[in-house]
Parts: sequence; structure tokens; C-alpha cells
Amino acid sequence: MSHDPLIIVLIAMIGGAIRVSTPFMFVALGECLTEKSGRINLGLEGTLVLGAMLAYATAYQTGSPWLGILAGGAAGVFLGSLHGYLCKLPKVNDIAVGIAMMSFGIGLAFFFGKPYIQPQAPRLPAIPLGGWTGVPQLAEALQINPLFLVGIAAAIVMAWAFANTKWGLIIRTTGDSAAAARAMGVSVDWVRYLATTIGGFLAGVGGSFLSLSYPGSWNEGLSSGQGLMAVALVIFARWSPIRCVMAALLFGAAGALGPSLQSVGITQGYYLFNAAPYILTLLILIASSGSQQAFRAAPGELSITK
Amino acid sequence: MSAVPKRPEPNLGKRAIALTVTGMTKRFGSFTALDHVSIDIPAGQFHVLLGENGAGKSTLVKCIMGFYQPDEGALAVDGRDVAVRNPRDARALGIGMVYQQFTLVPSLTGAENLVISRADAPSIIDWKKEKARLAAFMDRMPFKVPLDKPVSALAAGEKQKLEILKLLYLDQHFLILDEPTSVLTPDEADEILGLLRGMTQRGELTIVMISHKFREVMAFGDAVTVLRRGAHVGGGLVKDLTPDAMARLMIGDTVIRERAARTAFASRPTMLELAGLFADDDAGRPAVDGVSLKISAGEIVGIAGVSGNGQAALVEALAGQRPLRDGRIFIKDKPFEPVRKDFDRFKVFGLPEEPLKNATAPRMSVAENMAFRAFDKPPIAKFGWWLSPGPMRARAAELIAAYKVKTTSPDAPIETLSGGNVQRAVLARELSGDVDVLIVANPCFGLDFASVAEIRAQIMDQRNRGAAVLLVSEDLDEILELSDRVAVMSEGKITYVAPVAETDRTTIGHHMAGH
Repeated sequence: MSHDPLIIVLIAMIGGAIRVSTPFMFVALGECLTEKSGRINLGLEGTLVLGAMLAYATAYQTGSPWLGILAGGAAGVFLGSLHGYLCKLPKVNDIAVGIAMMSFGIGLAFFFGKPYIQPQAPRLPAIPLGGWTGVPQLAEALQINPLFLVGIAAAIVMAWAFANTKWGLIIRTTGDSAAAARAMGVSVDWVRYLATTIGGFLAGVGGSFLSLSYPGSWNEGLSSGQGLMAVALVIFARWSPIRCVMAALLFGAAGALGPSLQSVGITQGYYLFNAAPYILTLLILIASSGSQQAFRAAPGELSITK
Repeated sequence: MSAVPKRPEPNLGKRAIALTVTGMTKRFGSFTALDHVSIDIPAGQFHVLLGENGAGKSTLVKCIMGFYQPDEGALAVDGRDVAVRNPRDARALGIGMVYQQFTLVPSLTGAENLVISRADAPSIIDWKKEKARLAAFMDRMPFKVPLDKPVSALAAGEKQKLEILKLLYLDQHFLILDEPTSVLTPDEADEILGLLRGMTQRGELTIVMISHKFREVMAFGDAVTVLRRGAHVGGGLVKDLTPDAMARLMIGDTVIRERAARTAFASRPTMLELAGLFADDDAGRPAVDGVSLKISAGEIVGIAGVSGNGQAALVEALAGQRPLRDGRIFIKDKPFEPVRKDFDRFKVFGLPEEPLKNATAPRMSVAENMAFRAFDKPPIAKFGWWLSPGPMRARAAELIAAYKVKTTSPDAPIETLSGGNVQRAVLARELSGDVDVLIVANPCFGLDFASVAEIRAQIMDQRNRGAAVLLVSEDLDEILELSDRVAVMSEGKITYVAPVAETDRTTIGHHMAGH
């Protein structure tokens, strides 16, 4: 059975979904947190790229991919807190700042990343979870990176915290009605600053996965817009962390379509299949604009819904 | 009942508090918004603040709540002098306020809204425990509101109850209510005010309510304070006062234009016909749901309804601001499309609500705004596109004089005018020509008595000249005063139509509530 091309493609897509979805998942969770507080950070593409570069450089210099992940997160904290600070200034638009931060993050990463394009940094180890299947392809597909599991845990923690903690309710309040938050004595700017910073941390960790696990090297074409697609993904997931994970898996599977087909010898239209995530983004945006349901769940303070 | 008092449980004790305001004065630059106002509100009183817009009611309550620091004057709670530096101080004293706008968070449930509003909300919320506490709290409350639904799914009356519950939950025993019934049906208003009155009579609460509905004052208030231009001009116990006496105190010596007489018409042909109109709201849900209505020449049809039942969408659809999903509009039996060409051809004019937002370009000049209907026609325009500022300003100057618009010059941006003057400027633009159909929405919202009387008289004049008038208003008194026929809109449908002589407030109120 393991030679049936359809099965091979399916298994390859499952494995691909798990690998490719991880950065989507982290960026989407970060964006979800930021948007829940009522602000959009479009700069997460820059955070992803800078996080990937810094994680790779740190792992190469120290020999520890785990320190690399922390460095990627730190890059995200830096860019996120800068975004949060700039948006606290009067009459500053979060979308414009986000686009500037995207260029800034990418520019920094390309500038400092030049020397790290050639060297080989240590990669994150994977946990073999598929040994019991006895099918080599499946075992290969189920080589799961710990960050994937961390991402799922983070989504569960976020979903729980939004419903069951004081901070979760304060973030949702701030995102839905700044006036109500101020009436409660909450500093709206401070909550959004923290949410953007922590969101940046998550996106930076997502970037470290790109360079340290899959594809597992640093180059300038590494992200190819995944940080921007994550914004669409959050809308598709209707601002729910759990749905963010599922949407990330869907995007991951779409991204794995091209390589999976290639593995069974279908090379016709390889680039077209590689464009699947982008086509999916367009289709999702069209579908979610047609159904008004997505925007009913949107935090009331977001500048896209105002 | 145990004899030994335990730690006080919230809202169990009868702990209404008394408040004394002495010589309260607040100046903004050279303008005195509040001029040595003194009020004594004993514990358990239902006290009403009356006054026109700008009379100083909200300045007074903002001083009490600590939003403003008064220049002079003192506050005492239960006879003890207190300093209220900010809203948090007011809250600590047990003084809370229900604002005109809802302060609940729409996407949170009622329970989440209540718990997070507490200053000592726990970091990790044990919902089982909190739900049990909330249930025990709700058992003691006269108000019943579902707490497990998101606030956005609640009706306006339920939201208003939840706002009040929130203050009671926070252990506030002195409530300031700012026009709490403006978004409610008469029945909902009576229910909520009746329950609150019960709580004041049991000594659990003291209430100050800002209102200008004399009916509510007479039915529920114990005492009244009337403010005019920042000063305390009268008041006393409600049982010693009449609505006329209160109105005279509120208005003072301002001359009010006489109510225009209603001309009788022998036969009236149908002027405006709405045939099965459907339109959706911004979220794609049906807002106008099959509205059919005929309005004759020389007739005012008033559409009553609680805000948010499709009246705004109907006016927008007629004004061309919202697409019609289905249905036709006829004027004098000819099909009408809400586009500029047809507005001119059929002489259709409109006064939308919030005119600064809906009928003007705020930063353009008064003259330009007044020329919106005529800027592309002679004498202002040649060839339909070459504009001459001279005739435009001359025309504006005429209208400004005729309609008594107070502006520094025709070239001032219209947003610098006061609300009443923006409304007059739009009125001048829309009513100066020959009007066949007039569509009016909440024309007097937020205006003083003199402007209200002037604008209502203008609308009546147009009717007497033979225009068909569609009046949408959330003010039932306005509808009863002006209309020849009353229609009620509920959930996007016209649920009731009757000549004004054959109906009354109660019947209309029941239909507004969807009964």
C-alpha cells in the first residue's frame, strides 16, 4: 500500500503540513494576540525574517539551536516593542507603522545576515513519533519538531487564558472597546504595547524555526511572505487561537502540495502548486469577505473594522 | 437572621447614601458652566436633574464623579465632607454612573463583564465559584438579565439593566443615570425606572437621573432640580410641581415660536409610495424588511420605533446612502431612484440625523455646504461645471439671514457652527426651494427648546404647503405632536399604522416593543 502514489502524496502532505505549518502557527498566534488587543501589526513578516537570521547566527556562533530560538524571540521582542512604542505616539497609524517595521526588519536581517548564508548552523533535533507505524514514509513524516508541540501548547494556553484569566479578559476588553477599558482604569496603550511585544516574541520564535529546522538554513528568500499570509490566516481563524492552529495546518498542507507531488514524479506545474498557499490566501480573503460572519467576531477596535 | 453582624455582604444592607452639593462652580475660561449650584439629596431619594442641553447638568455630575475639578464648592457624603479627585475616588465612596453610551464590552458575556469590572478581579478566574456568587447576587436583584450571552446579543433594555447591575455589583449605592431611557421602549423604561424606584423606597439606593421627559419625572421622581445656563433656578418635591411649571423654569424668558397650525386638506393625492422595500445592514443582515407605506401630499407620517429597528437604514436607503435589495419607490406614481437627478426632478429633500456627519462636508465652508443642491446649476455654475464663487456666497448670505444661522462668515467651515446652527444651515439648503417630498430623521436631537420649536414649525410649514413628509424619530412626543398618521417600525417591519387621533402612547409603545 505504501507504494500507491496517492498515499505517498497524502503522507508527504501530512508531514509537510506539520513542518511548514509551524512558522505560520507562531506568527498567527502572535498576530492573534496583538489583534485581540485592538491593534494590527503588519510588521510580523519583518519579525519573522529577522528572527530567522538572528536565530541562525546565534546557533552558529554558540553551537546551541535552543539559544538560537531565544535569540529569534528576542528579535521579535525588539521589533514588537518598537511597534508598540511608535503606536503609543499621538496620531500614529498602526498599519503604516507595521509596513515600515516590515521593511526595517527585513532590511536589518539582510544587512547583518550576509555572512551567514554559507555556514552551516546546528539544526533543531526532531522527535521521532512515527516509529510504531512500521511504514518508513510515515515515520519520516512524523519526525516532529518540538516547536510544533510548543506552538500547539501555546495556542491552548492562549485560548484558556482569554476565557479564564484577568489578563485575558483585559486584553479582550481593550480590543473591543477602548472606552470601556479606560473606564476600568486600564491603560489601553500599555496593554497594546505588551500584546504587540509578546506577539512579536512569538513571531520571532516562528522565524527561528524557518532557519533552524525547516527549510533549515538562512537565505534571503526564506520567508516568502509567510508573515503577511498569517494576517489573512488570523481573519480566517476568526481570532481564535485554536482555529489559528488548524488554519496554519491547512496553509502548511497547501505549501507542501508542490514538493509532495514532485516526490511521486509529478513535476508538471511545480511552481503553480508551490503557489497554492498564496492562492489559498486570496480565496480565503474572498470567502471571508463574502460571509459577514468573520467580521462579526472581529475585535471592535481594529482599524480594519472601523 | 443572626444578631451579630458579620462582614458586610455586598448589597445586603440598606445602605443608600446621602449627598450634599454646596456652591459648586465650574468655569471653562471666561464661560461659567456651573454657577454656585447647591443641592441636597437625602438617602433613598429619586432625584431628577432637569435642564436644556448646555444648562450644566452634565458638568454638575462630572464634578460629582471626579471627571472635573470644580473651581469652588464642596461635596459631602452622609454629612461628611469628601474630596473626589478622580472617578476612582467616587467609586470608593459608592457613587457610580450609568452613561448615555453603553460601557459594556460587546464581545464579552454578561458574567465576564461583571467579573472584570471588579477592582479585585482574580488573576485566574474560577468560573464555577464566580458563577455561584453571581447567581447568589442575581437572586437578590430585581433585574433579570441572562449572564451567559455575549452583551452584543442582548436587547437595549437588557444592556441598560446590565449597566445598572454592574454598578450594584460593584457595591455602589448612589447612582447617577444620564438619560437612561433614551434607547428604551416606554414599557422597558417604565419597568426599569419602577424597579429602581422600588429600591430607593426600600432605602437600598439613592438616584440622580438626568432627564427631560416630564412624564418620567412625574411618575418616578421624588424631587427635582432645574438648571438653566449653569444656575440652579428652581426645583422641589415632584408632588408640588406641574410639568408646565418645570418647563417654564427650564426655558426661562426665551421666546419660543408658536406651534404652527395644521391646515386641513379636502382631498389629498398620494405623493410618496414605498412598495416592498428591503435593505441590509453593514453586516449583511436584513435591516429593512418589506416596508410598504403611502404618504399623501400635505401629510406627515411619523415612524416611531426603538433605535436600531431599521429606521436609520430606511432613511439611508431613501437618501441613496444604502442600496435597496428589493422594492420600488414611486413619487406621484412615477418610479423614483434615489440619485441626484431624481432628487431634483421630483423635488425630494431630506434632513438626515446627525446632519454634520450625514448632510455636510464638515471642513468645507458654510456657503459651499449650502450650495450642495445648486452648485452645478445657474447662477452658480456655467455649463454645469464652471463655478462662480460670487453668486454662491450671495445666495448663502441670503439663506443665513433668512434662517438666522449664527456663523462668523459664509466662509467659515461648517463644523465650527453649533449643532442647532448646522441643523438650520441644512434646513435652509433643503427647504428654501419648492418641496414635494421631505424625509426627516431625528431633526431635533440635542437641540434647545427655541431651535426645536423653530425646526418643528418649519416642518409643519412644508406640510401645510402640500409636501409629503416622512418623519423618523426616536422621540415619541415629537411624533405625536407633528404627525397626521403614526407608523411603528419594529425589526425592520412596519408593524402598526394609525391616524394620530385614533391611537395613544401606550398602544404605540406596545408595538414598539414588538407585541
